[in-house]
Amino acid sequence: MALSGGVDSSVAAAVLLEQGHEVVGITMKLWGGESDSGCCSVSDVDDARRVAQQLDIDHYVFNFSEEFDRYVVDPYVQAHRDNRTPNPCVECNRHLKFDVLLRRCDELGFDAVATGHHARVCRVDGASFVARGADAAKDQSYVLYPLTSSALERVMFPIGHLHKSEVREQATRLGLRTARKPDSQDVCFITHTHGRETFLGDRIALRPGRVVDLEGNEIGTTEAVELVTIGQRRGLNAAGGTEPRYVVDIDPASATVTMGPREALMVDATVLKNMVWARGTRDGEVFAQTSAHGSPARARCMVADDGVELRWDEARVRVAPGQSVVLYVNDCVLGGGIAS
Amino acid sequence: MIQRELYFDHAASCPMRPEALEALHHWSTEVGNPSGSHRAARRARRAIDDARDQLSELCGFEPRGVIFTSGGTEADNLALHGLGKASRGTVVVSAVEHPAVIEPARQLGATLVDVDATGTVNLEAVRSTISHDCRMVSVMAVNNEIGSVQPIATVADLCREFDEDIVVHSDFVQGFSWLDPRTVGARVDAISLSAHKFGGPKGVGALLVSSRCAVRPQLLGGGQEAQRRSGTPNVAGIAAMAVAAQKASNERESEVIRVSRLRDRLIQRLLAACPSAALTRPGPQAAVSPHIVHVNFAGLSSEALLVLCDREGLCASAAASCASGAKANSHVLMAIGVDQSVLNGSLRLSLGYTTTESEIDQAVEVLAACVEKLVAV
Repeated sequence: MALSGGVDSSVAAAVLLEQGHEVVGITMKLWGGESDSGCCSVSDVDDARRVAQQLDIDHYVFNFSEEFDRYVVDPYVQAHRDNRTPNPCVECNRHLKFDVLLRRCDELGFDAVATGHHARVCRVDGASFVARGADAAKDQSYVLYPLTSSALERVMFPIGHLHKSEVREQATRLGLRTARKPDSQDVCFITHTHGRETFLGDRIALRPGRVVDLEGNEIGTTEAVELVTIGQRRGLNAAGGTEPRYVVDIDPASATVTMGPREALMVDATVLKNMVWARGTRDGEVFAQTSAHGSPARARCMVADDGVELRWDEARVRVAPGQSVVLYVNDCVLGGGIAS
Repeated sequence: MIQRELYFDHAASCPMRPEALEALHHWSTEVGNPSGSHRAARRARRAIDDARDQLSELCGFEPRGVIFTSGGTEADNLALHGLGKASRGTVVVSAVEHPAVIEPARQLGATLVDVDATGTVNLEAVRSTISHDCRMVSVMAVNNEIGSVQPIATVADLCREFDEDIVVHSDFVQGFSWLDPRTVGARVDAISLSAHKFGGPKGVGALLVSSRCAVRPQLLGGGQEAQRRSGTPNVAGIAAMAVAAQKASNERESEVIRVSRLRDRLIQRLLAACPSAALTRPGPQAAVSPHIVHVNFAGLSSEALLVLCDREGLCASAAASCASGAKANSHVLMAIGVDQSVLNGSLRLSLGYTTTESEIDQAVEVLAACVEKLVAV
């Protein structure tokens, strides 16, 4: 049981015990720097340890901080340098929870790894797929798309069928320390006090840039090109204009941000690379979700050599490069990739 | 899962001796606060002063040089911050000291002296590092991770020869069960002790200081321990510590022989059973304390290995862990210059007065089985 020190994984452990499983709690030490606590800081490890004691299960802490730096933090920083929108939670799931940790658990002879994600596993035609959690508002299936069917054979989501309120109720009933602990929001290794700008500013050069309109006229400036995202509307000193304007393009090489009206952002298709398919590629109608809690939109999926082309049923705003897009059919995750 | 427990982490803590437990229990029922003047207080006072005399005799320091603390860490902090001429700046410590010395030393802007590949402090380096500005030099008696025995008497002589005013302190926490402090008592100015490393209770220790050393108190309050360490003394703990110290001292000579043999048996059998195992510290085992065996397993993660061992009841350690309880990179191993794969695969087994031959053999069996399991994956 991957215990993060949060209420979801705490109750998940209790659910497994109730079901008669032999459970061992594992907490990953991932980040050694400042953290607001919410995932894997020292105080979270303490919370996890205390929950393990309260549930009377063995508890171990694994130091995966080097892998975390390599697979999550460094790429996050690098993505900003390249003006791509990273999703560190996806990378943490892809590389840490369901790769490094899963392999460690195989080594140690465990039958499965369980996490407190709000998600379920659905079986279709003898294969396993990640499915949405029962609580739509808390559904975390989006960040779990990197899991393949074969990995899912060894993964469990014990609270996926519960609503958040039920989870907290159970935690309170069990007298768990984490019952009222707030959910971790935002990126776990960036603190509210210092923020993304300070974090990145300590690691890469943040370059000021020019903001231009679609005709190339300079309309303003920005203090840090690296912090600008496609589709962004606020936070840029863009003078004039009667209509709302959005970031339509960013050229890191020339440190230029182009802004335009919403129409300029609209696209009919999105290309995805680095596809992970749960089981085999699949052309056809899908529902594609472009953010953790966004509404999925209907699209036709066409598999190409190096990825997928998604043709949206209805034109929509451009997906920021680097953003993950997850393909669903009947609330099951077929796979996902990264918008290029 | 097997219910037995094979305890091989004596360097972290060792079982309380029955005599110490008895003293702990007895003195826990004593109500008196040693600082008072009535009969109940005098009883409690007597208990700690008897303990004081006992430790003084066992270690070769004057009774008034014994300062009871909450453990080895507090003793080390008191030494680093409280000893030596305040007017002098620098503090010099070895690169392989326990964090209880390294951390206060760091705060004081100390200079770290290198060690060689066996983890032994480099005497030349000490000689060239000390200056007339130097307030104190601190070198541990036995390293807690790899067991290297340090030449503290020589370091003390060296410092004394250079400048009389340099105070020499030695963290004797891992040393007490295996080395006679009386052999260094006359030469070093101060030693730190921790009761639970020699069969006493956790949470109590002592700093023993030579009479020529003034001590600047770090804990201020009621002025206990002759104004050098305020706070109501842990009467029961102190009494138990003294009893444990006496017992450990009495058995030391025979235990060194017995445990050295067990250690050699462990090493021999382990290396034979596990081709991937190697002793981390090069050099003859004679310069290593009898109770510590530090090995590393090529290509394996000792973090994973320790979990497998734990599930079979074998308690060992990776010797360095951080605040979250996760394994950390050992500064000691880095100081002796091992590479990352050794850091990842390193494991410490430590023996004590309760270790038996049967436990040694079982431990090897368990370790070998766990290593095989990991290698097979």
